[in-house]
Order: sequence, then C-alpha cells, then structure tokens
Amino acid sequence: MKNFANLFLSLDETNKTNEKVRILKDYFNCVPDSDKMQMLALFTGRRPKRPINATLVRNWAIEMSNIPPWLFEESYHVVGDLAETMSLLMPESTGGSSKTLSEWVAEINEIATKTEEERKLWLTESWMMLDRQERFVFNKILTGSFRVGVSQNLVIKALSDVTGIEPATLTHRVMGSWMPETYSYTQLIEARGAADDISRPYPFFLAYPIQETSEKQKSAAELQDALGDAADWQAEWKWDGIRAQMIKREGKIFIWSRGEDLSTDKFPELHPFLNALPDGTVLDGEILSFANGRPLPFNVLQTRIGRKNLSKKILEESPVAVIAYDCLEYNGEDIRYKTQSERREILEQLQAVTEWPQIFNISTLIKFGSWEELEAIRGQSREMIAEGIMLKRKNATYQVGRRRGDWWKWKIDPLSVDAVMVYAQKGHGRRADLYTDYTFAVWDGDKLVPFAKAYSGLTDQEINKVDYFVKRNTLEKFGPVRTVKPELVFEIGFEGINKSTRHKSGIALRFPRILRWRHDKKKEEADTLETLKAFLEPSAPADNSTDV
Amino acid sequence: MAKPLLEFTDCGIYCETGRFYIDPWKPVDDAVITHAHADHAYWGHKSYLAHHLSKEVLYYRLGDINLQTIEYGETVTKNGVEICLFPAGHVIGSAQVRVSYKGEVWVVSGDYKTEDDGISTPFEPVRCHHFISECTFGMPVYQWKPQAEIFTDINNWWRNNKEQGIATVIAGYSLGKAQRILQHLDLSIGPVFTHGVIENTNEALRRNGVTLNPTTRITYETPKEEIRKGIILAPPSAIGTPWIRKFAPFSFGYCSGWMALRGAKRRRAADRGFVLSDHADWDGLVSAIDATGCEKVYLTHGYTASFARYLNEIGFDAREVHTLFGDDEDINAQDVDLKDTVTSEESTLSFGEGRGEAEEASL
Repeated sequence: MKNFANLFLSLDETNKTNEKVRILKDYFNCVPDSDKMQMLALFTGRRPKRPINATLVRNWAIEMSNIPPWLFEESYHVVGDLAETMSLLMPESTGGSSKTLSEWVAEINEIATKTEEERKLWLTESWMMLDRQERFVFNKILTGSFRVGVSQNLVIKALSDVTGIEPATLTHRVMGSWMPETYSYTQLIEARGAADDISRPYPFFLAYPIQETSEKQKSAAELQDALGDAADWQAEWKWDGIRAQMIKREGKIFIWSRGEDLSTDKFPELHPFLNALPDGTVLDGEILSFANGRPLPFNVLQTRIGRKNLSKKILEESPVAVIAYDCLEYNGEDIRYKTQSERREILEQLQAVTEWPQIFNISTLIKFGSWEELEAIRGQSREMIAEGIMLKRKNATYQVGRRRGDWWKWKIDPLSVDAVMVYAQKGHGRRADLYTDYTFAVWDGDKLVPFAKAYSGLTDQEINKVDYFVKRNTLEKFGPVRTVKPELVFEIGFEGINKSTRHKSGIALRFPRILRWRHDKKKEEADTLETLKAFLEPSAPADNSTDV
Repeated sequence: MAKPLLEFTDCGIYCETGRFYIDPWKPVDDAVITHAHADHAYWGHKSYLAHHLSKEVLYYRLGDINLQTIEYGETVTKNGVEICLFPAGHVIGSAQVRVSYKGEVWVVSGDYKTEDDGISTPFEPVRCHHFISECTFGMPVYQWKPQAEIFTDINNWWRNNKEQGIATVIAGYSLGKAQRILQHLDLSIGPVFTHGVIENTNEALRRNGVTLNPTTRITYETPKEEIRKGIILAPPSAIGTPWIRKFAPFSFGYCSGWMALRGAKRRRAADRGFVLSDHADWDGLVSAIDATGCEKVYLTHGYTASFARYLNEIGFDAREVHTLFGDDEDINAQDVDLKDTVTSEESTLSFGEGRGEAEEASL
C-alpha cells in the first residue's frame, strides 16, 4: 500500500507528462504483478464494489475524529473531498502495515459479507494501521470515489515502455469487463491475451472539435486550409445519444457504452438485430430514442438511463434504436486497418440484409460539393436533432482514442442567454474552498427565476474574482450554499432546452456552461424567462423523470 | 454598562481611554503595530509603536515614519493605559499586545504560531480577560507536523534536484517564511541565492542585529551555472514571471499551511508543496486560547464562524469580529479588485498565507 500511496502522491506533485510516465514506470517496476493489475484496474475505473455504506463510513470516521458532526461537515466543505477529510481528521496512526494494495483490496471485497459490527471493527483497525497518505488512498478506494489525475493514455504509455508492447494493443487489452482477480499480468502481456475474452470491445476512436479549444467557429475557408479538398471527406450528422459498440461473437451479444459499461441488458430492443448478425461482427454507432423513424432529443433517452428495471411504460415511451456508423470487426477479423470507405461499404452490406431496418439504422452520408455547401447544411442540425456534423477522412483507418487529424466534430454554436448569478457553492477537488459552482437566473417579470447551474467556463483568474465577490456579497447562507447579491451577469451557453416539471423555471437545459462574463451588462439587462422559453422545441415532451 | 477597553471600529481595534489603535488600516494618530506585514502595518499613521526587531523592516517598508520601539515585557503607558508586548512567534519581531487599565486586561494576538521556529522569539501565552485572536487555520483539518520533519523533506528535495542537475526554487513570503527556511537549509548542499525583495528584508533584519545564514542576491551578473547548484529563495509574487523562468529547468517548491489540502496544492501547481505555516494550527489555536484563561474570545480573521461556534460548544465565550486582516477567505482573491484587470503575474500573488503577507511580496 505504501508504494501505491506514494505513487498517488508523486503523481499529484507534478504536471509534467514525462515525469508522470517516469513515476508510473517506477511503480510498475517495483511492485508484484498482482499489484500492477490492481493499479491498472483502479486507474481505468475498475473499482471494487463499495463494501460499506458511505453514511456508516462517515459516521465511524466522525466518532474516531472526536469532533462534533457539524464540524466534520464544515471541514468537508473546506477540503472538498470526503476521503481526504476523513484521513485528515483521524488521530495519527499507531502502527504500520506491510499489506500490499492487492491484499487490501481483497480485504475490502471480503468485508462486504460481514456483519456491521465486524465491518466497523475492521475499518477502525485498518485506519489506525495506515499513515495519512495511505489512509487517504484507502478511503478513496473504499468509498468508491477513486479517481486520479492521470489519463489512461499515460498509464498505457508507461506500461508500454515497461513491457515493450504497442500502446494501441495494450489499450485494446485493458478494455472490457475484466477485474484484477480474474485477469493476470501474464495474460495481459501475452500475445494472445486480447482474444481470450469474447466480450472485449475495441478502444473507441474519438473526434476532435474542429475549432480546437476555441468557442469560435471555423469558416468554410478555414476548413479548406485545415482539411484540404472536401471530396476527401465523408460527412454525417453528429447524433446526440449514447455512443456504443455492439458485439456479436460466438453466438453472444454485448453492448458497450463509451464509458466502458457493459449495457447489454439496458437496450433489449437491439437484441434481435444483434443476434441476427454474423458471428465476429462489431459495430460502432449511437443509441438514440426514436419515434416514427426520427431521433428524439437526448432528454427522452435520459429518462431510461440509470434505471435498474426497464418498465413496460419506459420501453413504450422511450424506445431506442441504433444509428450505426462504423464496422470494426467483420467475419471475426479486426478490420480497423481498412479505410473509412471500405469499412462503410461493409457496414452498408450488413445493414442491407437486416430484418430490423427500423432498429438497425445507418448514418446517412451528407452529400456536399464544397465546404461552403456543408456549412449551410450544418445550419439545419437542430431540425435534424443533431449536434452538428462529423467529418471523417475517407482513407482513414479506425484509430485509438482521441486523435487529431482524421475525425473531426463540427458542432453548432450553443444557444445562449445572459443571466444573473444568484447562488454560489464551493467546488471540489482542485477547486475546493473556492466558490466555483453557480446558479443563474433570468427575469420573470420583476423576479429572478433560477434556471441553470454551471460549473465551468471561467478562467482561474475570473474564478478568483467571482469568489472574492461572493464572499463579500453574501445575503444568506444555507449550509454550503450562499445566496449572493444579484449583480454579476454571465452569458450562459447550452446545447438544448426542454420543458421540465421538476424545475421552478419549468425548463431544463442540456450542458449549460458559462461562455463569458458580461462585465458590460447590468443585472437589469439580463434575459427573461420568455426568451428562454422561445428556444423550446414545440415537439419536445416534458421531462418528468426523477433520477437524472 | 461601561464601554469595553478595546472596541472594533472602521479604522481598526481602538482603545478610547488610551486613544490609540492596534494595527489600524486607516491613517490614525497613534498606532501600536503587532508585526510588519502589510495587513497589520499600514502607511500613514502619525506615530508607530512596535517591537525593536520590527524597526528596520518597518523603515524599509514604510519609509520615514515616526517610530518608537520597545522590548518584549517593556511597558509603555498612554493616557493611563498600559501597553506591553509579548512574543507572538509569528515572524521576527512579531508581538502580542497586552493592554490593561484598572485591572482589566486585553490581549491582541496579531498573527501567531505556537511552535518554536528557531528564529522568531517563541510564543508566550499571556493571561487576560479578553483575547483577540486570529484563526487563519481554525479548522481541525489543519494540523502541522514538527518543522524538523518538513525541513528534512525540503533539504532532501534540494539535494535530489542538485543531483539531477536542475535548479531549486523555493517560495515563501519575504518577511518570516524566507528567513525561517534560510535558517534551516542544509548549507552543505549548496549556496543560497535570494530574490531582491527577500534580500532587502534580510538586509533590514541584519541591520537590526539579526544573524542570518549567508545569502547572495541574484543580479544580472550572477552566473546561471552557479545558481543551479544552489537554492533560490523567491517571494510568491516572482513565480511565473520571466525572472524565474530564466533559471529553468528547475523544481519549484512552495511552503504554506494551505499545502495541507490536496485541492489547494493542486491549484498552486507547485512541484512540491511543503506544509509549513507561520500561523498556529488547530490544536495550537485551541491550546493558546485555553492558556490565556480568558473570559471572552474575539476572532478577527480566518474560519471565524465555525471556530467561534466550536469554542462556544467547549465552554468559551467566543464571537467573530470584522477586521481587514488577511483571512482564509481572502487567500484566493487577494489583490483582486473587481474593477481592475489582473495580469497573470499579479494573480500569482495569491500564494501568500494571509492577505498582507502576499501583498508585501510585491514591494
């Protein structure tokens, strides 16, 4: 555990990529194979199931820290991280522990079956055995909140340096539903390793935004400069659903979402067509809610995401279908090396013979002669219920991860309104103890109605200024939330808007974010609820769900 | 009810009977100064009273002021009110101000820490009826390790950087942290170089008779190869400036109590964050307050609301008061005025521990 705690600490202490890779390599080189796999699992989001309910962990930590519960809560708001708060508030440890990471994780997995008393005893004893840094990492694993500021790419890079295996191959081999208890380091580095698991998906190829990091759109002329001849490119609508990989191998089907969740059971509508595919087929596409052959806005799909049981009602109200846009495996052969056009041809052949063309759709290729023409077509995205346009180079292979060059997303400009900040709350992690989470309101007559929360979009300097303002202009405090004097105006951007019965404003926004601080506007000049409602699409049904 | 001996006014903490202020932030006739940090020692008062060891630094920072200095334990009487200074352990020359009149005793802590840092005169608890205390780190998550452990880490880090052939830059504000670090560096590793702002303060302290380890001021002539072998003491305001970039490649360490929290540490983006503070930690604050035996506690800056609540729960009569002393909440926003545009270099001022401590670095 020491090694792992130190790994975490060292990674925290550097922003330099090379340094991070070096630290990761050092770790791989000094721990047993079982710990290597355990670390890989944790760093790729494969956490053990939470063995003890979070409230119990919290309460036992409060007991041990010997401070009043309210002060624990206050501390938590200052620290912005529960695992860290607990590790800081407990008394210094009394003894050392030489258990490895894998041994600790094994204990965490075992304790889940014990009685509450046994669990409490185990946990308090464990805490006292670990030093502060170990305790923090242990708490992170225990509370299922383990995240690390290192991309999977860096971990793969380090592992590739250590093993001499290509990063793309390793990325593929760490995909899927393996757990460190069942997938050994030897299997990982053996040449045949990847083929062992028939459920294993390929790493997704992700597009880069064409305007890169800027909010400013590219013009047709700029596209010509950056991408060259329009004829070399294939264009499709960019659908706003769940990116998914659908696998049919050895008579079994698997549906993976982009977050690497195995979601086969969540989309029963897709099973018949997938079962009918030839063995050794892998499709890439988007799952969307559909009605009358047309995709519905994302919020309709949202009503069934996260539901454990799909009731008949849900299935009727929000039926899904697929818009496929790529084929990665055909006849059991990995065809990612083929060109976009070749893969498209195979995909079209597969779709042509399906008996479920309503479910197995294929992404239409947009016909366009020039970038100017495509730019004009892009203007119709909202009517198409699309987020914009995808550009794919016709001779490109299917690559691993987010790569610049061959796949670009050309999104439409967000909708926007000017709104007044009315509430502020402290952030978490890097933004702990700073007011970074704001609620915005628009005018409804002479009242300000809150309609959206946004966390991002400001620079660190702007955040400092807003934080300074909040601390000096607080009207009321409700726990961690402060009511702020309405004064600051921001331009809020969003991708879509829907009716909502759960919000006071009667609307819900998709991806609200701060576009800029309108220093030039007074609060009286902010927009009205009417302006916002004018954006509502007449066909969109109300979002009545409770579990979003 | 009789007026209290000390009251909190728009200009600062005021003694009406004695007609003097303690650490006032608006120009007044008569000011008693706890220590020379900018949020406690403002410019523009007609007369100043402070500890001997603050003398040269105050002259350096505030120019030609009318200053009287005294020793710890020495009493000055103003209009019948007795003023006596006691060590606060915050920085060299920092004092708690004991004010007494007809048997009523008040103590103004200024900023303080309870750990002996080996360079400031160690903190001494003073019995009183009313204690006006800071609580910059008044949250139980702030618990300092003994400084010996921290300096071992700092020296190991420096040694390691030297072996790797990269320079070492360590940031701490120029009065206090800089000298504390300087006096605990392992000089067998290499020489110590200083940024001008820090060296000016060092010189002022040396004029005051304080013995400090040898330092070399960095000038345009200082050879870079030499600097790479040593450690560079820089004020937080120098971080991210062209001045510091010319020493690249270097490892940058930052010393502050705020480094105790991972979020704050990541925000500062230092290569190494060392948890080293000139303020009392949670246990230090509670024990210091307890040791005064006071009836009432007034909390001037820091996590005043929750600390007051906690003190009340454990049996003290505590309340928050509003002052302009640097506090935790200002830490991320010092020098930030909504009206002004802040350049990226100015924004790095937010490295200090308290508002004034960061500001002073820009002098």
